[in-house]
Amino acid sequence: MNDASKVGSAIALRPDLAAIADMIPNSTRVLDIGCGDGALLEYLVRVKNIDGRGLELSQQNVNQCVARGLSVVQGDADTDLGEYPSGVFDIVILSQTIQATERPSYVLQQLLRIGKRTIVSFPNFGHWRVRLSLALRGRMPVTKTLGHEWYDTPNIHLCTIADFLSLARDVDARIDQALSLNEGERTKPMQPDAWGPNLFAQGAIFLLAKK
Amino acid sequence: MAEIVHPRFLRPLKAPAEDLGQVLKFGPDHPLVLDSGKNLSPLTIAYMTYGELNADRSNAILVAHALSGDQFVASTHPVTGKPGWWDLTVGPGKPIDTNRFFVICANVVGGCMGTTGPGDIDPATGEPYGPKFPVVTIRDMVRAQAMLLDALGIEQVLCVLGGSMGGMQVLQWAASYPDRIFSAMPIATAARHSAQNIAFNEVGRQAIMADPEWRGGNYAVSGNSPSKGLAVARMAAHITYLSETALQRKFGRLLQDREALSFGFDADFQIESYLRHQGMTFVDRFDANSYLYITRAMDYFDLAADYGGVLAEAFRGSKTRFCLVSFTSDWLFPTSENKRIAHALNAAGANVSFVEIASDRGHDAFLLDEPELFDTIRGFLSSQAYAKGVK
Repeated sequence: MNDASKVGSAIALRPDLAAIADMIPNSTRVLDIGCGDGALLEYLVRVKNIDGRGLELSQQNVNQCVARGLSVVQGDADTDLGEYPSGVFDIVILSQTIQATERPSYVLQQLLRIGKRTIVSFPNFGHWRVRLSLALRGRMPVTKTLGHEWYDTPNIHLCTIADFLSLARDVDARIDQALSLNEGERTKPMQPDAWGPNLFAQGAIFLLAKK
Repeated sequence: MAEIVHPRFLRPLKAPAEDLGQVLKFGPDHPLVLDSGKNLSPLTIAYMTYGELNADRSNAILVAHALSGDQFVASTHPVTGKPGWWDLTVGPGKPIDTNRFFVICANVVGGCMGTTGPGDIDPATGEPYGPKFPVVTIRDMVRAQAMLLDALGIEQVLCVLGGSMGGMQVLQWAASYPDRIFSAMPIATAARHSAQNIAFNEVGRQAIMADPEWRGGNYAVSGNSPSKGLAVARMAAHITYLSETALQRKFGRLLQDREALSFGFDADFQIESYLRHQGMTFVDRFDANSYLYITRAMDYFDLAADYGGVLAEAFRGSKTRFCLVSFTSDWLFPTSENKRIAHALNAAGANVSFVEIASDRGHDAFLLDEPELFDTIRGFLSSQAYAKGVK
């Protein structure tokens, strides 16, 4: 169990978001990219007293966030990150979004530039159910975490944990913390380059910084 | 320093029982120093307030009005007898809740509803300024508002809000007096007036100046006014406040009080009749020279130009929290212009929100019943009140 899922019961966080919240020190400056309806951001602002900003693609979500009193701008991670100055945020979050970006490598480099530290979470395409679906059924996997058919998925750049590690190396990112997201929506620390997590984790959360 | 007296209007009051607000008079020892280098003195600022200022003076909200607006935000207009221009937004229990906030709105410098403008007496000649009134800028308007806040003893407002030219003033406030505004809400606006918008303003001005009654701007002595020219200016401008969809939906090709075309130049179509009505009623409450001066102030507005051409520099180090709003069908101050401001604020590391609201009512949407705008204003203001610790 994470602290964040216990504290502030008024705001119930999804377990992966709670795990991210636990990585963030109080009263820091945080940018949440792809902040959705603002659930994580609102939690961080109210409970952890952070100075929070959001960037969100869907205008409807943005309007909802602002009506909730959050500072959120409509924008696209693929095109709009370049305008943010370097190092202005303590932490930049990209939760369950990197697989939907057009240029994951560019986006990750921008995150590392804008934030002193970066949190990235994504579904693991190396999970055994995914592998099984493709190997045995010969069909693109549709699972609980990857619920879209191949023709209407926003996830155009899916990757495995091993793939992400290789990208992190390419962009000179240092990994400070790694968590696996598992069955039953539990998170636990993982050794990212071991074979186990890449086969059994449904998703991963990384805390990174520029080397 | 300033004397508080009763306001004065160019035209007879139709609603004398109404609260007409107050005016502040600044004597020769307190001139308004203009961007043009000239001094405006004496200076009168006419303003309205709604709600109560709290004990620690932390709940003040400044509203900046647009080109044809005035200080009568949420109360009956003394000339037209109509409800205030933002009556839907400002009032007890409304998105800008006067049960909670102290709302101030002042008529802009160059205006014609009590604040010093071209219709006032030039102390140098004893006659109305007319064309001798100095050209004023958005920054001059904001400077005058700062003088008003000083006189009211308000060091920092919780928020400054405004749409269109009001939004320009909000941006200028953020650049000129970042510490005096806790938060800012520029709505349907731009950090510079576009070529297209200057073009429309120029059409309006030429319509006024082409009216023989304008008399080179010295019409006050003649007892007449270039009301035909001003009406045409308003008609042209009014089109830019709407959208093609809204016009089509509201009027289409419907005929006005007739079964068939008249084969003449009467107002056959409802849209013609509507525009003529807009033009005619406008001249009852607005001064032609004020229209020239205020449109010029909008044309001259280019915030980035004062900061080496880099808009972000205008907001460098700003602690103000911003919420920008645009409307999808607004082609006068389109989303792209508002987004440009959002980008600059991001680049300056400022705290910014940006909301685009789907509406087919064009630029005028900011004055209308738009629930998503109301939710945004309400949500933003309460979060700002919370952050500032307003009791």
